[in-house]
Amino acid sequence: MEILVYGTINSVSLALMGLGFAMVYGISRVPNFAHGALYIICGFVTWTLFQKIGLPYFFAIIFSLGINGILGMLMYRFVLIRVRGMNISEIISSYAIGLIILEGLRFGGFRGMTYTLPVFMEGSLMIGGVPVDYHRLIMTIIGICLVAGLWLFTHYTKIGLALQGMAQDERAALMLGIDSDFMAMLAMGFGAILAGVASILILPLGNIVVEAGYNVLIMSIAVCIVGGLGSWMGAFFAAFIIGYAQILTVVFIGSHFQMVVALLAIILTLILKPSGLFGQQKELEERV
Amino acid sequence: MSDQQTRQERIDRGIKVRSDGLYALMSWRELSYLTAPRFILIAGMLLLPFLMPGMYWQRVISIVCIYAVLALSFDFLAHYVGLVSLGGAFFIGTGGYSAGILNSYFAIPPFLTVPLAAIIGGVFCTLVLFPCLPLKGVYFAIVTLMYPLFMARIIEAFDIFGGTDGLIGIDSFASSFAEQYFVIIMVLVFLFGLRRFVTTDRGLIFTAIMDNDQAVKASGINITRYKALAVFIASAMGCMAGACLTHIYMWSGISQFALDFSILPIAATVIGGSGTLVGPVIGCLILVPVSELLRDFGTLRIVFYASILVGFILFRSGGIMEYGQRKYEQFERWTQI
Repeated sequence: MEILVYGTINSVSLALMGLGFAMVYGISRVPNFAHGALYIICGFVTWTLFQKIGLPYFFAIIFSLGINGILGMLMYRFVLIRVRGMNISEIISSYAIGLIILEGLRFGGFRGMTYTLPVFMEGSLMIGGVPVDYHRLIMTIIGICLVAGLWLFTHYTKIGLALQGMAQDERAALMLGIDSDFMAMLAMGFGAILAGVASILILPLGNIVVEAGYNVLIMSIAVCIVGGLGSWMGAFFAAFIIGYAQILTVVFIGSHFQMVVALLAIILTLILKPSGLFGQQKELEERV
Repeated sequence: MSDQQTRQERIDRGIKVRSDGLYALMSWRELSYLTAPRFILIAGMLLLPFLMPGMYWQRVISIVCIYAVLALSFDFLAHYVGLVSLGGAFFIGTGGYSAGILNSYFAIPPFLTVPLAAIIGGVFCTLVLFPCLPLKGVYFAIVTLMYPLFMARIIEAFDIFGGTDGLIGIDSFASSFAEQYFVIIMVLVFLFGLRRFVTTDRGLIFTAIMDNDQAVKASGINITRYKALAVFIASAMGCMAGACLTHIYMWSGISQFALDFSILPIAATVIGGSGTLVGPVIGCLILVPVSELLRDFGTLRIVFYASILVGFILFRSGGIMEYGQRKYEQFERWTQI
């Protein structure tokens, strides 16, 4: 029972981390290696607004999400748009931006254990004999709602359909009057906002530390690779596979191996089935 | 330029045109035009240990050379074979640990462990990367980025080879001059060796694989074998650099799998000029000392070189070498349209 409950919670948090990455890659084909940095910076902005400036928690969250979205859009507009389509440059420049943000934060004095965000709700609940605090419960519920909302958004709204069209065939989308650069910028903004949502939901469970940025990046890449790059539903299911696998290894083998599982999942998936569990169209392109 | 439009045009210098063909070398002037840049590089590299003040900066030279070899291997794999490997740290770590194990467990002296580590490490890296060879583009990049992290976690989790402390008490080189000249000559040999190698028939096949692997396959050439050969060459170079690093610091540990070794060579390649093979060496000669100077600022130096990297990718994607080559071989003038 413990495995089931904590496995679900872990999986949902992984899915939250991975969704933004999957979205950006799915639509603009840009592997956003600054994802972890966007995750961390949203936490810090929220912390600054809430603790230093003293805004109400709710407004601090809304503002920091907005800032994060704008940051992502600016990143696309001024940097990534120039290197789009060149794989090496995309990876290097987005990773470099991530490094600038993370190491800049570290230089600016954000290190140590003193930075925490408050949880939404104190207290805990017993589910099947396992104590679960309210915050984890809220996180799981919001996470699942977010995935459902995203599905509805991409299937039933105009912008969502445009994004989907671009993900499927950029040239055809261009012919139908969809501005592909604007859409990719929007996708980047949404990706950044999703990273921010993940950080606001997950960070209150621990401290805000810069190192977490790198781990988040690795985990989100793991989720997206296993699920198939560019496939959101795949990322969601892969999060459950990796999430449960991690909890199982922690319970039966040891917590040292938690990261090994994720890395092993990436390497094995890439070797055995590079298009991932749910990716369809990429297989012929990427494999000789 | 107010009412008439002009454009810049670039024309090859006469001496460049004349000295392009081997038989046209009629004068000392043309000969020196061709050899001067190479001579300056070689002589400059060989003189470096004498020019540096103090032990500290001499140590920096060795680090520069190690990064230069790593950057060379990245440049070769990425721009002559088409495999973008972000796993410089994987090569460094594997080579470093092989040298460390050979030296501390079997007591083999440094001048033997370095070549042995290059071969053993190269074989190991090639075997481990072999299943990933069919991958291309982002996929190969991601999988190579993950390997060093994976190795570090494995060593940490199983607590092998000294665990988190690493292997300590490894022999150093005989003297600091031996150390510096060893790494400097290593860089020069690899640099000119690779430049020659990429123009041979094998090098041609590598370039063809990068441009259109299906066509190479259709000509009846086993591309996996050639890719494996290329990975072996690159990883052996990286492992050799790693082995030198181990002997220089007399220590090999998990931090040899750190991301620094993957990112800095790439930055150096981009800044120096990708696909030129000389560029990465020049990039390292600039970037590593600068990053040493900024050591006092802590993590700000990472911010600094990441910003330079982004700037170069966006505005000067050819790098320093391309610019220098253009100035050396061509002159520019404004002409009316």
